[in-house]
Amino acid sequence: MFFGVPAQALFGQLLIGLINGSFYAMLSLGLSVIFGLLNIINFNHGALYMMGAFVAYFLLQWAGLGYWCALLIAPIVIGLVGVVLERTMLKRLYHLDHLYGLLLTFGLALVIQGAFRHAFGSSGLPYTIPGELAGGRNLGFMFLPNYRAWVIVCSLVVCFGTWYVIERTKLGSYLRAATENPTLVRAFGVNVPRMITLTYGFGVALAALAGVLAAPIYQVNPLMGADLIIVVFAVVVIGGLGSIMGSIVTGFALGIVEGLTKVFYPEASNTVIFVIMAVVLLVRPAGLFGRER
Amino acid sequence: MKRLFTLTAVAVVFGCGCAQAQYTDGTIKIGVMNDMSGTYSDLSGQGSVVAARMAVEDFGAAAKGMKVEIVGADHQNKPDVGSNVVRTWIDVDKVDVIVDVPTSSVALAVNEIVRDKNKVFLVSGAAASDLTGPKCTPNTIHWTYDTWALANGTGKAIVKTGGDTWFFLTADYAFGHALERDTEAVVLKNGGKVLGKVRHPLNTADFSSFLLQAQASKAKIIGLANAGGDTTNAIKQGAEFGIVRGGQNFAGLLVFLTDVHGLGLQTAQGLIFTESFYWDSNDKTRAFAKRFAERNRGIHPTMIHAGVYAAVTHYLKAVEALKADDGTKVITRMKEMPTDDPLFGKGTIRPDGRKVHAMYLFEVKKPTESKAPWDYYKLRATIPAEQAFRPLDQGDCTLVKK
Repeated sequence: MFFGVPAQALFGQLLIGLINGSFYAMLSLGLSVIFGLLNIINFNHGALYMMGAFVAYFLLQWAGLGYWCALLIAPIVIGLVGVVLERTMLKRLYHLDHLYGLLLTFGLALVIQGAFRHAFGSSGLPYTIPGELAGGRNLGFMFLPNYRAWVIVCSLVVCFGTWYVIERTKLGSYLRAATENPTLVRAFGVNVPRMITLTYGFGVALAALAGVLAAPIYQVNPLMGADLIIVVFAVVVIGGLGSIMGSIVTGFALGIVEGLTKVFYPEASNTVIFVIMAVVLLVRPAGLFGRER
Repeated sequence: MKRLFTLTAVAVVFGCGCAQAQYTDGTIKIGVMNDMSGTYSDLSGQGSVVAARMAVEDFGAAAKGMKVEIVGADHQNKPDVGSNVVRTWIDVDKVDVIVDVPTSSVALAVNEIVRDKNKVFLVSGAAASDLTGPKCTPNTIHWTYDTWALANGTGKAIVKTGGDTWFFLTADYAFGHALERDTEAVVLKNGGKVLGKVRHPLNTADFSSFLLQAQASKAKIIGLANAGGDTTNAIKQGAEFGIVRGGQNFAGLLVFLTDVHGLGLQTAQGLIFTESFYWDSNDKTRAFAKRFAERNRGIHPTMIHAGVYAAVTHYLKAVEALKADDGTKVITRMKEMPTDDPLFGKGTIRPDGRKVHAMYLFEVKKPTESKAPWDYYKLRATIPAEQAFRPLDQGDCTLVKK
């Protein structure tokens, strides 16, 4: 027993926290990559996450393509949307203050969300769990739905894969170099603008992937991104803006903290992350994993 | 001289009173306020504005020489936003009647303002039974349903069929608390037990943590004292966590047609709940639904939309009869006149402001039973009007003489 909660129940809650954390991790990872390389605070991340879920829904309704195809196609489609956004709009803002990027993307998020809500309403659309992942197993201390286990595995693979590519490969070193000194990297014959465009596309594709993963758990709902994005921003700030490992670790950790709050004092479960954020900003303004500049 | 002056003054006052015995500014202005962008926007939202507009058209206000205007606003489920809108509406825009207002915390705030300003408040969306209980006012009518009626309908039916141990998942604001309180009372009264409860914030995306707690309680029934997206998410994720297969069942204490639509019949089938209106009940409701859906992006009317239509209709009848739009006078007139509209049929309004009509216990159809889009409910039982709502003397309303 811990504070009146049986140990078994606590294990269950830890695992649940980890599952929610995997969504935070995947979304904050995309934000971090984009901020780290483009210096854009991408406030329409939540809207693109929502669009990812909607693409999955459209594919099923209109083309009869199921979950597994959606898992592949939705990130590509949304990645392309991201590329278009970057080419037509964001590109013009790199030399300006962060605030401009934030305002533009925030405005875009409101427009996208409003358009989807107008077209599809606020009650959400049904999307069922794929047959292969339906059901669940009894772990003794809790009933774990197979689909949730799949979400954790998927998220861990994607997160650490991304971290590895950026921190440990040649391509990643180009990317990092291009953010430090784009002129010099261009002098070596690397097409920097194209690299930046593709990075943005990749970042939002991660959001779309998270959206497809989320579709069977939550409703496919125009508002699904709006609720999540604020929390994810807190995660990024706590982890340290632009720190890749920081956002992954913080994402999972805060999922767990939130899960535990839901047991001990559920009323505070949607504020606890912001309390932590305030404390972290006071003690370490650059975030837990961020570097002071 | 002095006497003459007094007489003149009296004449002027009465003169105004008679010749202008109409509307404060020549127009009746109806303000429909609800959630137009958030989790409750399908079950109320723009649809309520459409319903109010249809009520005005069907009443034939223009032909009768009444000038009626309708305005709409989004309260974002926030009492402070809602209060500001209503103050501006009444003070600046000369709105005479506030309609709908789901989200009980907002409705309770509006309730006080409307009483202070002596206007009319017709509640369709909000649920808290306090609106006709301790918080009742001579300016408010609660039309469609309330937490007591939901608890009485669904709670009693479930306890009677063996669901005697409960665990509550409750939305942490006025409405959730009221619904939980009223349902708990029904459960205990009918010999059931409440094993636990957990309060979650409004608009919770992930219920898994709460569902695990509900599972661990071993209660037979998990009572959902919440609404809209919170209810649908809890049910959907409950299916994933094997709640029903594990022998527990959900009691959706407040479920709307649009929630069932969002869940899909596969997930929602078998769910039992109480409502006061279903579009596919008779020819009149079907005709209304058809016209309504055409104007509301295909979304069929929920009981909230129906309530807005019926309440506005009855309001206009009272104003027409009274030839005035003074707040308490219109309300008094509305309470005196029996109600009659195509959606709820004949009914009455009690001194505490409670509109009384039958409530219905519905069950969601299996996918194979549904013949057409939006064909979702089958009727399990009808709760007659005299049993559907809290008895008049038990609400602690000050308007009721003991």
